[in-house]
Amino acid sequence: MNKTLQKNLHDSLVEVIRKTSAELPNDVFESIESGRKQEQEGSSAKYAMNIICDNVEIAKRKSQPLCQDTGTVLFYIHFPMKTDYELLQKLIKKAIVSATKKGYLRQNSVDSITGKNSGNNIGPGAPVIHAEPWKKDTFEIKLMLKGGGCENVGAQYSLPDSRVGAGRDLKGVEKCILDAVQNAQGKGCGPGILGVCIGGDRGTGYAASKEQFLRKITDKNKNPELAKMEESVTREANTLGIGPMGFGGKTTLLATKITALNRVPASFFVSVSYMCWAFRRQGAVMSPKGEIKKWLY
Amino acid sequence: MAVLENVGGAFQLTEPFTEEKVRSLKVGDMVEISGMLLTGRDAVHKWLSDGNEPPKAEVNLQNSIIYHCGPVMMKKGKNWIATAAGPTTSIREEPYQAKIIERFGLKAVIGKGGMGEKTREACQKFGCVYLHAVGGAAQVLAERIKSVEGVYGLDTFGSPEAIWKLKVERFPVVVTIDAHGNSLHKVVEAESAEKLKSVVEKIGK
Ligand code: SF4
Repeated sequence: MNKTLQKNLHDSLVEVIRKTSAELPNDVFESIESGRKQEQEGSSAKYAMNIICDNVEIAKRKSQPLCQDTGTVLFYIHFPMKTDYELLQKLIKKAIVSATKKGYLRQNSVDSITGKNSGNNIGPGAPVIHAEPWKKDTFEIKLMLKGGGCENVGAQYSLPDSRVGAGRDLKGVEKCILDAVQNAQGKGCGPGILGVCIGGDRGTGYAASKEQFLRKITDKNKNPELAKMEESVTREANTLGIGPMGFGGKTTLLATKITALNRVPASFFVSVSYMCWAFRRQGAVMSPKGEIKKWLY
Repeated sequence: MAVLENVGGAFQLTEPFTEEKVRSLKVGDMVEISGMLLTGRDAVHKWLSDGNEPPKAEVNLQNSIIYHCGPVMMKKGKNWIATAAGPTTSIREEPYQAKIIERFGLKAVIGKGGMGEKTREACQKFGCVYLHAVGGAAQVLAERIKSVEGVYGLDTFGSPEAIWKLKVERFPVVVTIDAHGNSLHKVVEAESAEKLKSVVEKIGK
């Protein structure tokens, strides 16, 4: 990588972080807007949805974090084969340090043993980078910022689960997902979006459930069976009456996204990740020179 | 006549914060607060429970409102400005809150996610309410802070944990635990559990 490419990539990465932190993607905002329309005039659910919409508008206008918890920093990237990956990793970390200095990210990474904040969002496991080389000469950088409140209400089930009456089949899966929604109440700053993985092991299951958040709210699952389950989970969850912030109301979930991984015969996990309304994800394609060519959401 | 004026659906809670005013509120009410809020989260709650207290001349906790919030503060010249000021999860203060409500006669506690039985009982007994701010709405809430009037414990607790004195205007919240023993969290949780049962039955074996 020559100096210009390094500089361009760094600047583009900082811009991706800024936009992710301050602007809600359109597909998410539209879905929040339609939730707001459904809530009854004069209800506290409507009141909450109005405040959320105002917040989205102010954050964008001021280029300030949508929520002060700027979350775990998760990158999903593709890069040209010939790229020096070690250097690319360094550039990503440098961009995170710059973005923290500019206030796009809060100092949010704490040493789990000493309790000390690293102050720049860098440390063991921070950031999380999923990277794959590809044959194209462009870079694809997707970013997700996932807050702690919603991460805390994620859940993993091992089927069969007698507590929720779930057997080792798709009906059992659906029961677990709805149980997770009921347990979360408003604590994950709902209305929420669910990412679910059926199968895998404990680690891959959670990772794949989170990757579902890279899908657009409006897309349709290619697997007809999962597509059906996504719709029915969202519909049924919205009959539970939990509502925005758990105030009661119609908008409990905005969407559900489900994937499946193979499992060993002895294990049957259902991993559920919860994303708050402050659903921060963005992505960009960067030219071989490292300049942003196109936004992905 | 109602105790609190209602403007566009929201009850206006203004200073002085009194027991009569907060007792007039019930769960589900939308409220806008104007006046002074004192931030306090984990470190402060622990510190107060250990029997400490800030000097009254600097911070008067008596009859005040505590806000579970670790704001992002910037210094502009001599003044502090809050650039993000959303609520943090309240349940972490459950072991301490009831005692602090009693000791200082707190009139309200603001946070998110709700609180437990001990706090609910203290609210009823001592005339206090739990007010839920919209989680994540850091920008809207920061805009309602008109000035930062001071800070206590910046060196000992660090910026997010210090006691910030925030003068707010029409700061929007919802009553989720009132002073009559009601908790919206309890109701929504119980009702949604009932509904889940019937959904699970519908899905079948
Ligand atoms: S759950 Fe989301 S909206 Fe709520 S405080 Fe955390 S990051 Fe912010």
